[in-house]
Amino acid sequence: MLESNRRTIVPDEGLHVVEEVPLVSLRGVTKSFGAVKALQSVNFDVYAGEVVAVVGDNGAGKTTLVKILAGDHKASSGEVLYKGEPVVINSPADSRELGIATVFQDLALCDNLDVVANLFLGREVGDMALDEVEMEQRSWALLRQLSAKLPTVRTPIASLSGGQRQTVAIARSLVGEPTVVVLDEPTAALGVAQTAEVLNLIERLRENGLGVVLISHNMADVQAVADRVVVLRLGRNNGEFRVPDVSYEQIIAAITGATDNAVSRRAKAVTNEGPPA
Amino acid sequence: MNIPATSTRVAASSSAPHRLGHLLRAFRQRLRDGDLGSTPVVIGLIIIWIAFQVLNPAFLTPANLVNLALQCAAVGTISIGVVLVLLLGQIDLSVGSISGLAAAILGVTFVGWDWPVVVSVALALAAGAVIGAFYGLLYSRFGVPSFVITLAGLLGVLGIQLWVLGDEGSINIPFNSWIVRFAQQMFLPNVVSYIAAVVAAGLYCWVTYRAQSRRAAAGLGSMHITETAVRALSLLVLLGFGSWYLNKDRGIGLMFVLFVVLVVCTNYMLTRTKWGRSVYAVGGSVEAARRAGIRVNRVYVSVFIAATTFAALGGLLAASRLAAANQSSGGGDANLTAIAAAVIGGTSLFGGRGSAWSALLGIVVIMSISSGLTLLTLDSSVRYMVTGGVLLLAVIVDAISRRSRASHGVA
Repeated sequence: MLESNRRTIVPDEGLHVVEEVPLVSLRGVTKSFGAVKALQSVNFDVYAGEVVAVVGDNGAGKTTLVKILAGDHKASSGEVLYKGEPVVINSPADSRELGIATVFQDLALCDNLDVVANLFLGREVGDMALDEVEMEQRSWALLRQLSAKLPTVRTPIASLSGGQRQTVAIARSLVGEPTVVVLDEPTAALGVAQTAEVLNLIERLRENGLGVVLISHNMADVQAVADRVVVLRLGRNNGEFRVPDVSYEQIIAAITGATDNAVSRRAKAVTNEGPPA
Repeated sequence: MNIPATSTRVAASSSAPHRLGHLLRAFRQRLRDGDLGSTPVVIGLIIIWIAFQVLNPAFLTPANLVNLALQCAAVGTISIGVVLVLLLGQIDLSVGSISGLAAAILGVTFVGWDWPVVVSVALALAAGAVIGAFYGLLYSRFGVPSFVITLAGLLGVLGIQLWVLGDEGSINIPFNSWIVRFAQQMFLPNVVSYIAAVVAAGLYCWVTYRAQSRRAAAGLGSMHITETAVRALSLLVLLGFGSWYLNKDRGIGLMFVLFVVLVVCTNYMLTRTKWGRSVYAVGGSVEAARRAGIRVNRVYVSVFIAATTFAALGGLLAASRLAAANQSSGGGDANLTAIAAAVIGGTSLFGGRGSAWSALLGIVVIMSISSGLTLLTLDSSVRYMVTGGVLLLAVIVDAISRRSRASHGVA
């Protein structure tokens, strides 16, 4: 089993931690591509044991935000904090070392390799003599931890369904024992049943005390699993809601920029005060 | 064949008769999914051997097979390197020229300048490695397609080969030199060949048994002990019979033994090491490999170096067997035969699929055709046409199995 699993936060002390120090924070992060500003002074936090959904229309800057967290892009200005400490994420390796695992929309799995090989790709156990037994055992442990159902782990990824591939990709992100998992559109290409499976996985990650960043277009998914919703619009923060307090229409209004109403004004006020209590 | 697709993918139970049925069904499923592996080439080889044996009973005589084995070694060694680059989805068109250069270096330094043979061989191998490093650098720095890099290499290295040879068109390597005797006259003593067969089968049995009992102890699906025993026994029979049959003539050439050992080592590197895993990963999806933290450029450079070094070694073996290095060393069809062997052996041109064994299987197919047609006193024109046809067939099988995988959702 993973270390992170054992490190599940103890309730009373944990709640305190949850409210005080975010695992990862972006403070006033701006990212420009030439004249285009993909992100403008965006603030964003993710705490241990919560699922934060990042929503927004196309071009809102969701993917840029993911890429900054993943180390694919470097923020043009602004600060990235990890557990309150300023850090610099220059490369995917930096991001991984901090404990941020990113599952991209295209999953980045090798179709010709089997599940075990994919799970441990780049982190194989044993260098000149791969320890297949150890890796296969740990693969099963990982999949069990996610309550994922795969008939065998020795089949090439190519023969798995979309939901199973997503499962493998998420399981793989856990191999490095991360504290934050970033999921980019994990349900975009999935059917109803498979979507439900992936949502279960996301809840399992939260139960294991990880901070989960969920990028999604699908409001039903967001409302089903997220604790908080951060809305981006045209590269800026455009509201932050606690899921129980907010309706579908309110989120949509914030996404589309039907802004001049009580909801968005309240949202802005909440955002400016910092994370909602 | 109307088993539901999922039933064969269920993790295996361990009762022996049940397992056998399971294995068969899994095998058929793989065939239907288009995951052919080396099945077509083995079947093809059996057909070729039967056909030639019917046409000319001299084909399967020990004497002919001994020669066949020796013929396979040089180009086969080059082919191992080609398998490696193909696994990355790349190509090396210059392996022939590099093998020619290695031969020229051996001829000039060993014969012309009286260097010790070891130094000459080391220099030739190093020259191959340097060329590979250069290719790797060009590929990873500038992103030039390997097709173009190695096409330039084909011409450029041929030029270097001619320059190294200088005015001497052809250099004969003395017949009594160690390296020529190694390639032409050294055979495994009969006793040693049997011992080697027993050791190989025993080693296989021991390694498999240990791995399987570890798996069983870890609660993972494992091979039944009888299956391990049957496999080891089959290996023993195959090697023992092969040795006995070839020993009726001169026996197993050391050069062929070297080739097989290289195949086995390469296979180990590919399947059991981190490096091998990264080769398959890069061949399957470069982007996925990069995101998994694999240093993709290092993989490219290491594979190009390995391929050109194998090419140089193959050139040395060819020169030793011919006892000469000349301007046409590594020329003619050596280049394309090496590439064809890898593809015929079942390594996909599209990258990520294949094994070191395909170098062995492929070269045996090509050399069997060549030997069989020679025995039928057919012209080399026919040989080229037949080999071309077989290559085409292999590529079609590869493409069809790829499409079949795609249509079964396992591309």
